[in-house]
Order: sequence, then C-alpha cells, then structure tokens
Amino acid sequence: MVPTQYYLILSAILFGLGAVAFVVKRNIITIFMSIELMLNAVNLAFVAFSQSMPDLPHGHKLDGQVFVLFVIVVAAAEAAVGLGIIILTARNRRSLNIERVDLLKL
Amino acid sequence: MPNQPILDHLWIIPLLPLLGAAVNGFFGLKWPNKIVNTVALSSTGLSFACALEAVREFVTYVAPSGQIFRKEFFDWIVAGNFRAGFDLQMDQLTVVMVLVVTGVGFLIHIYSTGYMAHEGGYYRFFAYLNLFMFFMLILVLAANYVLLFVGWEGVGLASYLLIGFYFLRKSASDAGKKAFIVNRIGDFGFMLGMFLLFRTFHTLDFHDLFDQITKQNWPHEAWGAFGMMTIACLLLFMGACGKSAQLPLYVWLPDAMEGPTPVSALIHAATMVTAGVYVVARSHILFEHSETALVVVGTIGCATAFFAATIGLVQTDIKKVLAYSTVSQLGYMFLACGVGAFGAGIFHLMTHAFFKALLFLAAGSVIHAIGGEQDMRHMGGLRKKIKYTFGTMFIATLAIAGIPPLAAFFSKDSILLQAFRREGGWHPLYFIGLLTALLTAFYMFRLVFLTFWGQPRYDEHHVHVHESPWSMLGPLVVLAVLSVIGGWAAAPALWGGKDYFSEFLAPVFGSGEAAAAVDEAAAHNLEWTLAVVAVVTALIGIFVAYWLYVRQPKKPEDLARSMQPAYKTLLNKYYVDELYAAAIVRPLVWLSENILWKVVDVEAIDGTVNGIAHGATAIGDTVRHTQSGNTRSYAVWVVVGALAIIFIIFWPALHAFVAPAQAAVTK
Amino acid sequence: MSPELIVFFLLAALSVIGALSLILQKHPIHSALSLIVVMVSLAGLYLLMGAEFVAAVQIIVYGGAIMVLFVFVIMLLNAGKEEHTDFSKLAKFGGLPLALALTGLLAAAMIHNGASVSNNATPDALASTTKISMLLFSTFVYPFELTSFLILVAIMGALVLAQREKKA
Repeated sequence: MVPTQYYLILSAILFGLGAVAFVVKRNIITIFMSIELMLNAVNLAFVAFSQSMPDLPHGHKLDGQVFVLFVIVVAAAEAAVGLGIIILTARNRRSLNIERVDLLKL
Repeated sequence: MPNQPILDHLWIIPLLPLLGAAVNGFFGLKWPNKIVNTVALSSTGLSFACALEAVREFVTYVAPSGQIFRKEFFDWIVAGNFRAGFDLQMDQLTVVMVLVVTGVGFLIHIYSTGYMAHEGGYYRFFAYLNLFMFFMLILVLAANYVLLFVGWEGVGLASYLLIGFYFLRKSASDAGKKAFIVNRIGDFGFMLGMFLLFRTFHTLDFHDLFDQITKQNWPHEAWGAFGMMTIACLLLFMGACGKSAQLPLYVWLPDAMEGPTPVSALIHAATMVTAGVYVVARSHILFEHSETALVVVGTIGCATAFFAATIGLVQTDIKKVLAYSTVSQLGYMFLACGVGAFGAGIFHLMTHAFFKALLFLAAGSVIHAIGGEQDMRHMGGLRKKIKYTFGTMFIATLAIAGIPPLAAFFSKDSILLQAFRREGGWHPLYFIGLLTALLTAFYMFRLVFLTFWGQPRYDEHHVHVHESPWSMLGPLVVLAVLSVIGGWAAAPALWGGKDYFSEFLAPVFGSGEAAAAVDEAAAHNLEWTLAVVAVVTALIGIFVAYWLYVRQPKKPEDLARSMQPAYKTLLNKYYVDELYAAAIVRPLVWLSENILWKVVDVEAIDGTVNGIAHGATAIGDTVRHTQSGNTRSYAVWVVVGALAIIFIIFWPALHAFVAPAQAAVTK
Repeated sequence: MSPELIVFFLLAALSVIGALSLILQKHPIHSALSLIVVMVSLAGLYLLMGAEFVAAVQIIVYGGAIMVLFVFVIMLLNAGKEEHTDFSKLAKFGGLPLALALTGLLAAAMIHNGASVSNNATPDALASTTKISMLLFSTFVYPFELTSFLILVAIMGALVLAQREKKA
C-alpha cells in the first residue's frame, strides 16, 4: 500500500516544478506546457484524495475522479484556444520569445 | 376647570412676536414702512394684551389657591429619567417680568416707528426687535433652566444682531461681537452651573428642584464653605454677570451703545440686562442656602454700582453716561439680592425699566432733535426748544436720583434699608451704596444741565432743533407717568401706603425680608432716618451739579486739569478695555495665530490631508513598477500571489511545523 | 518494500525526471516530449491507484490530443532554440527562488499534514466506468453540460482565430 501522503508530495513537487518552468523559460509554448504540467499535478492530487476517501454511499468517493475529467476537458479547451492565440501572436511579433510581447510597456 | 383660555395657551405670548419677526424678516424687504409697522406693532401689542389677560386669569383663578400655574406643552428633551420640556409657568414673579417686558417693549416699538423712520433696513430692525421679544418672553416664562437658557442665548443673539445693526460701521460690528463674546464667557459659567445642578438634583425643572431643596432640608452652607450649592450659585451668577454687565464682564455694555437708541432702551436698560437679576431672583432658594454666594453677589453688585458711577461722572457721550448708569443700577439690584431682599431687587428692576427706558428714549429724542449729535459738549440750552422731551427727561432724572415721591426713591430706599438692617456686617455696603446714590444724582443732573441749560454750544445756523413726532413723544409721556406712580405700588407702611409689591411677591420670596425688626418703633425710626439721609444725599448731588454746570460752567474744566491723573483714569474707564486687550485678547490671538493656526491647522490637519495625498502618490509611484509591460515579470507576480495566499492558508500548520525545528535549533 | 511501493517510486522518479527535463531542455520540442513522458507516468500512477478510467482518459486526451496539438504548433511555428533575453530584473533574480519557495511550501505542507490523510484503496469493483458515468450524469450533470458548452465555445474561438485576415 502506498500511503496517500507520497502521492501528495509528488503532486506538490510536480506543481512546483511547473511553477519553476513557468517563470524561468522564455518560449511561449514552453510556458504553456508548464501550465499543463501544473494541471496534471493537480489531477494527481485529486485522484489521490479520491482513493483515500472511505467507501461512502452515493458515490462521493469517486468525486475526485470526476473532477479530474472536468479538469482534462477544460485543459483541452484551453489548449486549443491558447495555441491559436500563440500562433497569431508569434506571427505578429515574429518571435516566440515572451519578452518580445511587450506592447504594454510604456 | 375655570375659563382660562390664555393661560392654557400660554405659548401665544411669545409666539406672536416670533410670527411678527418671521413675517417681517421674510417678506418685509419690499414693503413700505406702514406695513412693517402694522405687523410689528400688532404682534407686540397683541402679546401685551394677552399678557394682561393671562395676568388677570392668574390673579383671579390661580393665585388664591397659593399655587403657581405651570403647564407642559410638549416634550423637548427626554433622555432616560431627565426631561426638559417646553414648559411655561406663571407665578407672581413672572407676572411682574412679563408685564414689564411686553409693556415696555410695546412702548419702545411705537417709539421706534418714529425714530427709525428714515433709516435703511427698517424691516430688519423690527424683525430683530420682535425676535428679541420672543426670546425674552421664553426666558421669563420658562419653567425650567434649560428652556430659560434657550431664551438666554436667544436674547444674546438678538442683542448681537441689534448692536451691529449698522454693520457697515466697523465700530458697530466690533461692538456686536464684543457683546456676544463677553456674554458667552458668562454663559459658560451658567452652563456649568446647570450641569452641576442637574448632577445633584437630577432635574432642572424649577418646581421639582426647589421642592427637593426645601423638602429634603438641604443644609445651609456658611460663609467660606464652598459646597455644591455655593459653587452652583457662583456659576449661575457668573452667567448673570455676563448678561447683566457686572464686574468683570460689564465691558460690552458701553460699547453696545453703537446700536440704535431704541435698542439701548429695550435691551440694555429694561429687559435683557435684567435677565441676570431675574435668574438670581428665581433661584433665590439656592442662593439663600449659600452664605458665600450671597456675599459674593452683594459685594460684586455694590462694587459695580460704585465703579460704574465713577466712570459715568466724566463721560461726554450722552448714551455712554446712561450706559454706565445702567451698569450702576444693575449693581444695586444685585446688592439687593445679595442681602436677601429679592423682592426689593425686582421692584428696583421694574422702576428702573421705566425710568431708564425713558431716559434712553428721551436721549434718542434729543439726538434726533439736534440732528445726530451725541456729545454733550456740543449741546446746551435746549430746554425751551424741545419742551416735551425736556419735561419727560427731567422727570426721569428726578426719579433716578431718588427724589420722593417718584419711583426710584422707594425702590432704592428699600434696597439701602435692607442692606443696613441685615445682620452680619453689611454696613460697608450700605455706605458705598449711599455714596453711589450721591454720585448717581450728580452725574445724572450733570447730564441734564449740560444738555438743556446754558448757552447753545452747537452751530445754530446749521442745526435746526425740532421736537420729535408724537410717535416718539407718546411713549415718553407714558413712561414718565409710570416713573412717577410706579413706586407707589410698594410704598412701605411708613408713608401711609401699603407695600402691595412685597405682598404680591410674598408667595414667591417668602415674607422673611418684610418684617425682621423686633421693635416696631425702632424700625420706623430707622426707616425715617435712612430715608431722610438718602434724600439729603441726592439733594447734595443735585446741588453740586447745579453749581458746577449752571452757575460756574468754567469750573469743571479747572477741576479736571487740577486732578489730571484721576480725571484721565476715569475718562478712559480705568483702562479696563486696554487691560483686557493686553492680558487676555492679545495672548489668545497670539495663541490662535501661532499655535492653533500655524501648527495645528497648517501642519497637523493640512499636513495629514496633504500627507495622505502625497502618500497615495508615493504608493502609486512605487506600485506602478509592477505594470512593466514585461510578461515574464507578470508571471513572477502570479507566483508571488499564489505563494502569499498559500502561505496565509497554511500558516497555522506551518507554525506547528516550524516550532519543533526552532526547538531543535535552540537546543 | 512492497511491489506497489517500488512501482510507485519508479513512476514518480520518471515523472520528476520528465519535469526536470522540461525545464532544462533548450528546444521546445524536447520539452514537449518530456511532458509526454510525465503524462504517461502519471497515467501509470493513476492505474496504480485503481483509477482506470482516468488513466485511459489521460493517455487518450492529454497524451493523444493535447500534446499532439502542441507538437503540431511547434512544428508549424518552426520554433527553434530559446533565445536568451533578460529584460525583467524581477524574473531574472526573483523568479527561480520564489518558485522554489512555492515548491518547498507545498511540499512542507503535504509532509506535515499529509500523514493524517487516510488510505483506503479502491476495490476494483468500485472504480468502474459505470460508477463514474452514473456520477457524471446525476450529481454532476450541470457541470457536464457546461463543459460541453465550453468545448463549443473553444471550437468557435479556434475557428475565429484561424481565419485568414480579410484583405480589404
């Protein structure tokens, strides 16, 4: 039996690594991928908690997994739209460096 | 319930002048004088008629049962157990006051229609005058200290408005401010006195308060003891000093002569300044329980009487002489209260109202006759030219000097008699009072001789002396008649009369002051002696004035030159105004300018407000760096935000987590 | 050391290595492939926990659709090596420490509190697709419908974004 705590620690580490990538990398697509990594870490936590719940009637034990499904759906939709925006931005700024997207700078 | 319509609606007496003030004040700007007159005179006249009717009802229905009439009209302040309502009462003292206020007030209104006929702001004058009547009537009809204080403050306001009536003249507006501010100092004491009374007795209603004192046998505080009663009385007296111009708060009254003469007559002779005496008389039960307070009242009254009389000796402005005379006569009234002769004090109040109002109105008539001149050195020889004015003024001067059988003889004599008779070393006050009577006679006749006798000292070609119209002379005549017969209401048994006045007021003041003498015959002898002394003193004063101002007109100047320092001191009013300016006003102004303005206002308050603005700007300047336009830094801020929130959420858990680590480190 | 624990540590190590690789690689395509590794290892972990349906969905949707999309975009945009720019001082000096602090904080919280989370492994019978679908269409029917709406919106958005600019 793997204690649930180990899954949670792993989830935390993955989330943190995703955050590190989020601030360190400069390529827009890589940053987007780090967001996906963070979402995955959260999914892991959801499933870990779901399997740690005692067996209840009305299916509350499986709520976590249903949530994971929703997270995946949202991530998919978000990826579709986000990548479309990235394509347009990249064409516009002729660069994939996030620091070149600075039209708001005074 | 007997038919007493006015008593049941006692509020109509003050309400009528208020309506007159409102109508004149709001609508009178475009009206011709006639309409303003009608409104003002009818409101005051009706008020007087209602007052008469109320008095009749009171005397017929209420007085025989020995009670006072008191009615609560509506609740004004109700807080817990404390209630201060709009309650009006009528007892014998109120009868005297309300008749004096409405009667003399009505006469002065009539006079003003003539005097102010050619002045600008006619409607405003009558609006203010009616407003004053309203507040004064509230003051005398009130059944508790709080409502009285409303009237008290209100007459102060009306006085300010009327003194500064010619507000375009700086001296007039300054005088108005001075009056209000000095009054305020007194009011401060009055309020403290009220608070103290409330704290002790938990009520400020006259009836309840006085009942509590008599029923609970409140202890009498001896001379030198500063118990609650003494302090409360002294505080109330402080207010009375401000309102009735006693030492040291009298300085506003001479300056108040900047206002029109009818104002001086009504407010600063007959009514407002007597409010202080009224309050002391109304609170006589409190004062009778405190020996110290009575001594203070009597001494200050006597000192003021003498002090003001000395100043009046050398003044050259006719109205200023009358102003100092008023201060002096008010001192007499307080002297009466101080020796416990409250009835005599109120009696003198009544007679003083008659002859002092007459004096002021007649002086106004003189001023009107010679075209606005107020300096007596530029008058003279007027007695043949303005006969009626001269006649009435002469009667009033005889009255104030204390010549029998005119009014003030009886009142002043009564005061001096009580002062002499009271046990406990009041004799010095009697002698000072007598000396003051001498001075009074002297300077009043000096005024008359300078104005009406001798060679004309004005330019006869340019000044056309004319008698005043009957709207002005009529009230003069009425007041003159009252000055003659007014005293007979209290002629003591000695002279074949009956002391109706004291009897009338006995339910209020008790008859203790009337007959304290054990030996009737000795008492009669004493009265005769003192009366004769008083009359002789007055005659001496008149004779000296006659000699100096009619027989030897050059003599006064020589005397003044030979006694130069004394003369200058008196002429400059003992430099009291200058003293106050240097000792009180200048430091206050310095304090206000340098500390309250430059430090508190500019630096603290402005500094705080401006500082907040600067702070907002500074914060904005700092925070704007987060909006750099660089997306990577935005990403970092997101992480910072997430870190902060998670930190806050996990803080309790982390604290427990860190503690063992800390313990491990310290070991 | 039960077999489950060994498998767990293997998969965990694999996912962490994949995440680290995502950070350290210079070319975005390599980062994308690392992410795929992470996802597959996570799917393995789901299986270990007895969540078969979620594991399957993870592989199919995440691995098979989203990551493919990412790879397509990278190829479409001809993304090359990252150019190294440092226009933001905050990001340069503060980014890494702060993110590491976040990691540490979360890990510390999990270590401290996680021990109290109980461990009730799912018997096979329970974590079935039937049960999940029953939940999905009863308790969670509203979110389900809303997500379908969300997908519709995403499609429309993608269509709009992909339009060619109209030459006026």
